[in-house]
Amino acid sequence: MRSAVVRLLFGGVLILGAALQRVEAQETASAPAAGAAAAPTAADEKIAKLETAVVEARSAGDNAWMLVSAALVLMMTGPGLALFYGGLVRKKNVLGTMMQSFILMALVTVLWALFGYSMAFGPGVSFIGGFDFAFMRGVGAAPDADYAATIPAQTFMVYQLMFAIITPGLIAGAFAERMKFSAMVVFMALWAVIVYNPMAHMVWGKGGLLNAALGGKIPTLDFAGGTVVHVTSGVSALVCALYLGRRIGYPKTPMPPHSVVLSFIGACLLWVGWFGFNAGSALAAGSLATSAFVATHFATAAAVLGWAGSEWIRNGKPSVLGAISGAVAGLVAITPASGFVTPMSALIIGLCAGVVCYLMCAKVKGIFGYDDSLDAFGVHGAGGTLGALLTGIFASSAVNPIGKGLLEGNARQLFNQLVATAIAWGLAIVGTLIILKIVDVVIGLRVSEEHEVQGLDLSQHGEEGYNLEA
Amino acid sequence: MTKIEAIIQPSKLDTVKEALREVGVDGMTVTEVRGHGRQKGHTEVYRGAEYTVDLLPKIKLEMVLPDNRSDAAVKVILKAAKTGKIGDGKIFLSKVESAIRIRNEESGDAAL
Repeated sequence: MRSAVVRLLFGGVLILGAALQRVEAQETASAPAAGAAAAPTAADEKIAKLETAVVEARSAGDNAWMLVSAALVLMMTGPGLALFYGGLVRKKNVLGTMMQSFILMALVTVLWALFGYSMAFGPGVSFIGGFDFAFMRGVGAAPDADYAATIPAQTFMVYQLMFAIITPGLIAGAFAERMKFSAMVVFMALWAVIVYNPMAHMVWGKGGLLNAALGGKIPTLDFAGGTVVHVTSGVSALVCALYLGRRIGYPKTPMPPHSVVLSFIGACLLWVGWFGFNAGSALAAGSLATSAFVATHFATAAAVLGWAGSEWIRNGKPSVLGAISGAVAGLVAITPASGFVTPMSALIIGLCAGVVCYLMCAKVKGIFGYDDSLDAFGVHGAGGTLGALLTGIFASSAVNPIGKGLLEGNARQLFNQLVATAIAWGLAIVGTLIILKIVDVVIGLRVSEEHEVQGLDLSQHGEEGYNLEA
Repeated sequence: MTKIEAIIQPSKLDTVKEALREVGVDGMTVTEVRGHGRQKGHTEVYRGAEYTVDLLPKIKLEMVLPDNRSDAAVKVILKAAKTGKIGDGKIFLSKVESAIRIRNEESGDAAL
């Protein structure tokens, strides 16, 4: 031990000595040209300036893309998700449903600013971040090199905020048309704190248990939130659907979407916004972003064909709602894989997602009889789980050096994906059950029967979506 | 005076209106209605959930005519509204006791 220290010290002195000798030699060499002594300094200055300029240019490019991405992801919630879900409910609930998405844009933002970001991305233990970044302390213009070395930490923070907003919004599809607004607000606030923040920390945070990029114990590949966003929200949605029970009249009374047109616009906005979600998760404007962009688009296209094609075969007609639902299923499934897979793998993942999610919504839901009103579980829970596992199979180290899947002989990765997915399922089930129980006791979850028949728009908000005679 | 109520296919409204105008019927009331007779509804499928829609959109035309002109109007409607398929609709005739024009309180056939 002692001799090692001595050797280290000795080595250090040697290196220092050598360095000094070189500097002396240089000075001697430049001495004859003493007249032009200023020249190398000017060149050095120029090089230093150039280097700064290059770093600044890179930062400017990356920052521009990341700010646009953040805005795109916000657009997925409002109006994307609000329109998608709003169109799927009956017209007496259209405003109530849109409000469930919109209020999160405000509520989660405030929580994120106060302590949410710190819980998810602050340094802490394996499962949860600490309060170092609470109240935006130390989150400023300087980059946080652990996450993204070329963009301001504030850009990273606000980009991640948009994910925290949309995730609870997805759950709303399961309790649509029957949950009290007050209960929903409290549920969402608690869910963001108890389920989302810990899961985000485990997968993406410094020292997180599942973080593949920052040395987690069980390195899991989740590029843009397959487990963090879709498994947690989808599984929580199933728990909500089971806990709240069916809507009055389900499944005997017809409850068709009141406007597939609104849903169509919403789904198209989701597709576009998802480029910010997935390609933005590269956290820079380089080739990885391009690769994720292409994978996202390819998988979505294949999933549309998968869902609509399955419908065509089973019902004789491909529906518009089927096509757009397929798009969302594909987007969900490619989310964890987008930064790790080749374009051809993306096509396969998308096709699988389209067919599997179609069967989940059209067959499995009917067999079990739960009222997952807008198929939040069928699309996000099933699609997210499928995507997380397929990432472990198709991840290619040629696309991203940190991802090596089963097809490259790394069975361990698939196992890790399985563990991470199981953790996400467990956290979502337990967390959601506890929150539902608390809110049920304190406020009561469901609106009264009278209010449910009247609709959420009038009973919860005192307005109507369509005053056609006004 | 005879009141003619005709329930027809929405797609036939323009043809019927045009044909009636040609035989000199210049007043009518048109309502969008929903209903069904022997025509079965259709099914809609949303993510695998099937709904049967049995009330179908129809158009109801109402007009009151002097007795001597009602036959001609009925003939015209029959011809113009026909597609030959189930769901073409029906025509109902009934006697009307009187009619009064609000503007100048004319009554009887003069009010039509």
